[in-house]
Amino acid sequence: MSPSTRPTLLRLGVELDGAGRHPAAWRLPGARPAELFTAAHWRRLAATADAADLDLLVVPDSHRLASEREADQRGRLDAVAVAAHLAPLTARTGLVPAVPVTHTEPFHTSKAIATLDFTSLGRAGWQVEVATTAEEADAFGRKGVQAGGELWREAAETVDVVRRLWDSWEDDAVVRDVATGRYVDRGKLHHVDFRGEHFSVKGPSITPRPPQGQPPVVVPVRDEASLAVAAAHADVARVQAPDEASAAERARQLRAAAGRDLLVLLDVEVLLRPDAAAALETAAHLDELSPGHPPRCLRHLGTPDSLAQALAQLPDGLDGAVLAPLDLPATLDLLATDVVPLLRARGLRPPAPPAGAAGTLRGRFGLPRPTSRYARPVAGGTR
Amino acid sequence: MSRRQVHLGAHFPGVNATTVWRDPRAGSQVDFSSFTHLARTAERGLMDFFFLAEGLRLREQRGRIYDLDVVGRPDTLTVLGSLAAVTTHLGLAGTINATFNEPYELARQFASLDHLSGGRAAWNVVTSSDAFTGENFRRGGYLAHSERYARAREVVDVAREFWDSWSGDALVADPGRGVFAAGAGIGTVEHTGPQFDVRAPGLLPRSPQGHPVLFQAGDSDEGREFGATYADAIFTMHGSLEAGRRFTADLRARAVRAGRSGEDLKILPGATFVLGDTPEQARERAYEIRLQQVGPEQAVAFLEQVWGRDLSGLDPDGPLPDVDPDPASTISQGRVKHAKDPVAVARGYRELAQANGWSARELVIEVSGRQQFVGTPEQVAQEMDDYVQADACDGFILVPSLTPTGLDEFVDRVVPLLQERGSYRTAYSGTTLRDHLGLRHPHQHAAHRATA
Ligand SMILES: Cc1cc2nc3c(=O)[nH]c(=O)nc-3n(C[C@H](O)[C@H](O)[C@H](O)COP(=O)(O)O)c2cc1C
Repeated sequence: MSPSTRPTLLRLGVELDGAGRHPAAWRLPGARPAELFTAAHWRRLAATADAADLDLLVVPDSHRLASEREADQRGRLDAVAVAAHLAPLTARTGLVPAVPVTHTEPFHTSKAIATLDFTSLGRAGWQVEVATTAEEADAFGRKGVQAGGELWREAAETVDVVRRLWDSWEDDAVVRDVATGRYVDRGKLHHVDFRGEHFSVKGPSITPRPPQGQPPVVVPVRDEASLAVAAAHADVARVQAPDEASAAERARQLRAAAGRDLLVLLDVEVLLRPDAAAALETAAHLDELSPGHPPRCLRHLGTPDSLAQALAQLPDGLDGAVLAPLDLPATLDLLATDVVPLLRARGLRPPAPPAGAAGTLRGRFGLPRPTSRYARPVAGGTR
Repeated sequence: MSRRQVHLGAHFPGVNATTVWRDPRAGSQVDFSSFTHLARTAERGLMDFFFLAEGLRLREQRGRIYDLDVVGRPDTLTVLGSLAAVTTHLGLAGTINATFNEPYELARQFASLDHLSGGRAAWNVVTSSDAFTGENFRRGGYLAHSERYARAREVVDVAREFWDSWSGDALVADPGRGVFAAGAGIGTVEHTGPQFDVRAPGLLPRSPQGHPVLFQAGDSDEGREFGATYADAIFTMHGSLEAGRRFTADLRARAVRAGRSGEDLKILPGATFVLGDTPEQARERAYEIRLQQVGPEQAVAFLEQVWGRDLSGLDPDGPLPDVDPDPASTISQGRVKHAKDPVAVARGYRELAQANGWSARELVIEVSGRQQFVGTPEQVAQEMDDYVQADACDGFILVPSLTPTGLDEFVDRVVPLLQERGSYRTAYSGTTLRDHLGLRHPHQHAAHRATA
């Protein structure tokens, strides 16, 4: 997509984390901190995102406790488990759990996301994460801390093999041919025979090809190493930058490195209140309660109106944003009730869809459904 | 309650010779609607749990993917996670391999499922450690067969340390005091052993069941020891009344030797069933199902597994092979091996076939099936109840032959009769799987013991 042909519609996602990204957010009124580890908490948030027809809901993950401080929120549920729970309870929004790949098995990751795609009827995605700390390495006890470049090279291998495993069953591999007694056409199942620097995987997957064929892969762009992985493998890149202009420059670099188009979404931390002063006060209050959490990316503290304006002015080259509310559910609620309607009024979000109109996440992103890389151009399997 | 209660679980029909995919009514093996249907049927029947098996590499025979049974299945934990959202009471039991997973991750995944399901998670700890399966994983086939239970014990030990790492009152969540989680309540797990060196701060508040319910399914001596020491429930294939009584007595005795009570273990054999309006009709249906399960190709493939030889030229309607099995064969890969000495098994088959005048396929139909309960609903209810009252088991894991509707008839016709007999609940009395199975909460264990 060159800037001039960029569609006017804005892609919009949220990243939902406990009581919000700020570790003190659980102390705000309305947070219900005792329920953070229950299904009820996640159901409420997902219902809001789904009703607002957001494109994706990212569930972040990490194998760390997050904080040493008693006053901070800590501990988190497994992101795939959360997304799996939400799959039957939502109908529109894409569900994108983060899976850290550094200490985990690519084979398990592949079938977990493929299965989420089945249970969400084609709305699964996957955000690639790496584990950088000794805390995470020691939790598994299988290897030491790896340097950033190597971490992301291993992540690239993981994405490669996960994608191969998704393709390892052709779409029409299950034949149920009563005449010959064959359940599958084994000519349409493929060993992936992957041999990388970090591991090898035989395949095929134990799970048939997921509804989307290839669920969208989201890669966070935080440095040069992750940019290279996004350029090579991502359907969607999340860029972090101190301002919109440098984000647009990052998007340009990314597309140049990729030599192809991909969706680029801007990361924005948000805290919304009906009036701007209250938003600023709340954010300052959170920083007093738990100091030392500077923004990890662009941060917008303001009103639904000011956020809608900022989003409407995103520079060319950025297809939209992933908003990480600093507090929940207050900011998410305003996103749904105010920001989305304001964007609709500007023609930046599609009109509210009729109930029951569900599509796939690839479909939302305008990505065609690819055939398996292993499919032979001529139809017909071998015996 | 004086009468022993029947516990029932529902096994999703899957990658095995029981599932009849040829039936025109057979539904998808991967679409979520199939899982939802079976789980909701089980919950309508007030069953204790839904059960998923697992196999981490597609089975092969003679170097090629075995294509005559169902092939492929979704990821265990993800399906259970989604089912938690469409059920309210049903336990969610998943088979997960202890060899190709790490304890930190498993502990976190099962704790998450237990939180999100409100206390309904169960883990069937299996140990298949072959190099064939290992080829899908980072470490390959790293574990010697003899080490499989040493590893499983250590995996569960470490997982339990993680499940216990937050004290029961560590999650304070008091905005007034400004304490989210009490530092003193969060321990650090430090474990050094032959299998792992692991160190990490506790990961999650305690889940509703404290520990997910543990199942075990291996049948070797070490497998039974592991089950009697660690498990809450045993999934077994010992199907007949007599074999069941011996097995149950053996496991309960082992549990007592391990310092537990025999009743701490729930013994649950897998069970197939075929219902009919009359005994004859049930038998006819059972034989029709056997014909669908054992087509001519499956008959030859079954004999190849026993013989360990290429029998592709064998006429399934003719006699058994006249050569002896190859005991060292690796012709079949990725299967759970229950077989004894193959030469002796083959000799037994020949004698049976000769005495009855059976063809190769007819022999396989007779010996490979596990159709335990065939009869009218009244007969099946009575027989199942008799097993439980005679302590041949505590109940059954029902294995329907049809996806996803194979359990409907059982729930409609047999469950009400078990209820009439006073052997089956008429409503869920608790909310967690531990409640349904009558198991203690692990953190009340010690206190309970002291007063018992
Ligand atoms: C009834 C039953 C069901 C089993 N189901 C599975 C399964 O779903 N997946 C798996 O990998 N192993 C399964 N197993 C294998 C065992 O858990 C165990 O790993 C294997 O039998 C080797 O242990 P053993 O030597 O003690 O029998 C099953 C075993 C039994 C008896």
